[in-house]
Amino acid sequence: MSALLLRDLRLAVRAGGGFGLGLAFFLIVVVLVPFGVGPAQDLLQVIAPGVLWIGALLACLLSLDRIFALDWEDGSLDLLVTAPLPMEAVVSIKALAHWLSTGLPLVLASPLFGLLLNLPVEGYKPLVLSLLLGTPALSVIGTFGAALTVGLKRGGLLLSLLVLPLYVPTLIFGAEMARRGAEGLSTGTPLLLLAGITCGTIALLPFASAAVLRVNLR
Amino acid sequence: MNLNALWEYANPKKFIQTTDRVLPWVSGLAVVALVVGLVWGFFFTPEDYRQGSTVKIIYLHVPSALMAINIWLMMLVTSLIWIVRRHHVSALAARAAAPIGAVMTVIALITGAIWGQPMWGTWWAWDPRLTSFLILFLFYVGYMALWEAIENDDTAADLTSILCLVGSVFALLSRYAVNFWNQGLHQGASLSLDKEENVADVFYHPLLVCIAGFVLLFIALVLLRTRTEIRARRMRALLARERMG
Repeated sequence: MSALLLRDLRLAVRAGGGFGLGLAFFLIVVVLVPFGVGPAQDLLQVIAPGVLWIGALLACLLSLDRIFALDWEDGSLDLLVTAPLPMEAVVSIKALAHWLSTGLPLVLASPLFGLLLNLPVEGYKPLVLSLLLGTPALSVIGTFGAALTVGLKRGGLLLSLLVLPLYVPTLIFGAEMARRGAEGLSTGTPLLLLAGITCGTIALLPFASAAVLRVNLR
Repeated sequence: MNLNALWEYANPKKFIQTTDRVLPWVSGLAVVALVVGLVWGFFFTPEDYRQGSTVKIIYLHVPSALMAINIWLMMLVTSLIWIVRRHHVSALAARAAAPIGAVMTVIALITGAIWGQPMWGTWWAWDPRLTSFLILFLFYVGYMALWEAIENDDTAADLTSILCLVGSVFALLSRYAVNFWNQGLHQGASLSLDKEENVADVFYHPLLVCIAGFVLLFIALVLLRTRTEIRARRMRALLARERMG
């Protein structure tokens, strides 16, 4: 299992630059927002938590098709299926590798981007915490979407169409938590709900992803 | 009645034979119920003392909204049947139902907007019910797109039914998440089986007829579309066999 994880991480860092790409995309979204809505500091302060969440979500989405596509093309996915590792474990490891190479850097970079959007001081901790809790769910849900579309040519657009509606609950609770934190309100309820969603998806969704992958490799 | 006899209709041939006989009746009844319900509702009910004649949009809005949710539930059930028992008719019925459900969602959203404009002063508000319907519509679109994208029929049936199961959980989650996110303008449910208080009887009876009409219309359309799908598949198989021979 750890061999697979290390292999995926190495591939993400060394080959093809999926690693920095998500971060760069996140930065560009954050830079584009003030051009769209105007540079007024007080307005940016209000929308900062939401923009950061949507930016993180889109950056995550961008890298989803890489989870299985390369392995599908060179045939290593077939090897993984025949390996003694259960499919559910393979899928979970893939999601974990995706989170480590995409989600975690986004979480770590988010305070910096919060600075660009004039996020109030008390908002940083809830923002980072909400992203830390929420991005694993994004990776796991995204892995399910990637598994659904793995065999398809031009699956990228379809992948977004399938995955984005599934992201709605995570986005709602995550952004709500970041927003409440930025306004100095209590963040307990959205935090618990977000944690619940993340734990639930991590526990259950790999079974669906594995089932889907088995169908696709039949 | 022996419940096992129900599975007989999973045989495509038997399904076609039976629906041959049933379809005219269902479609006929749907037309009758819709005409009676809508004419009754539009022309023979009083205007609401506060909402005026706009209240009459209820005869399209409520049934279509009801169907939009129930069609997804029906797809969930048929997807489960496909996963468990692998009856092709079941998978095809789910596929046939999806576009109808999407159209029902759109009808509910549009009639709602037309109703909302005079009542709330706005076409659209990010109200929980409105928002969750928009999300439901996205689920329908994604489901249909996945069916279209995959060439192998059995693979497509498998993947879409799993998507339907996962999607149902997330649609439900979104429904409550959206509730948490914003309190809205839309009133609570005005029809239910376990409540004493419903819409006033003058509106209630034609509304029930309309709902029956929508349900029958949906059944007729699903049967028709499933038959078309079965025949199209049979035709493809025949063509393939001819090319081989």
